[in-house]
Amino acid sequence: MTALQIIFYILSSFAVFSALMVVASSNPVRGALFLVLTFFCMAGIWLLLHAEFLALILMLVYVGAVMTLFLFVVMMLSVSRLSLKEGFVRFLPINVLIVLLIVGLAIMVLSPERFGLLQMPIPMDKGVDYSNTMSLGMQLYTEYAYPFEIAAVLLLTAIIAAITLTHGDRKKHKSQKISAQIAVRAKDRVRLVKMNSEPKLKPNNSAGQ
Amino acid sequence: MISLSQYLIVAALLFGIGMAGIIINRKNIIILLMSIELILLAVNTNFIAFSYFLDNVVGQIFVFFILTVAAAEAAIGLAIMVVLFRKRGTLEVQDLDLLKG
Repeated sequence: MTALQIIFYILSSFAVFSALMVVASSNPVRGALFLVLTFFCMAGIWLLLHAEFLALILMLVYVGAVMTLFLFVVMMLSVSRLSLKEGFVRFLPINVLIVLLIVGLAIMVLSPERFGLLQMPIPMDKGVDYSNTMSLGMQLYTEYAYPFEIAAVLLLTAIIAAITLTHGDRKKHKSQKISAQIAVRAKDRVRLVKMNSEPKLKPNNSAGQ
Repeated sequence: MISLSQYLIVAALLFGIGMAGIIINRKNIIILLMSIELILLAVNTNFIAFSYFLDNVVGQIFVFFILTVAAAEAAIGLAIMVVLFRKRGTLEVQDLDLLKG
């Protein structure tokens, strides 16, 4: 066993274990932290696959931004109230059976007989002056320039959507309360006041002369 | 050396765990969103493994776009979750039955 294999096995077993904990944990904060651990391990595996730029992006963008957002929201929404109810397992055996069947099928198809080292040999090293980021950028800014710009527009849409959804000032918000409108009675709206009438004015005599 | 099938099997395991999380989960939407992230991570790993073994950088560009879409999806999903929590005061999957599904 080479050092690379040992690193690979450690990283992948940690990733699978923490992914299981994400699904099984009852506390969403712990789940989010285990998801961070999964991301770290998979970033290590991506480094083994010579995708350095994407591994760093996974760490910075995912762990740094998306998972922080997750944690913010989880903490904003009062976790203690969320995690009170137990018994999230319904139809557990049949679900586990289905998932095991699907994963087993996938592993059977992806066995080393079809995707082993003989069928898919490891490519040659690119040399010291090969830069993963540079080759990615060369493709991204020439051949995939339009998809790149569409991705930027997509992010803008996401920003606007998220802000519009959550920013709404509830003081300015006007809405109908139909039950209150139906329940209202005339005495709530019209007030009858009893008051003395004014004394009759005498006609002014001096006006005609 | 590590073969392609080993990478693919790890990704398949992650995918299965994420799918199990979506099916089994009856508690709150947060863990459901995290399961979706797990599934996307597995797909990205497949793309990168094939990109390395086929010696083609286009797979990594796809991963780049998938990461963008996943970030947008997470942001909007969390915003919807916040609005939902404000309106109904709960995030239990069982209680969200407005559509009588």
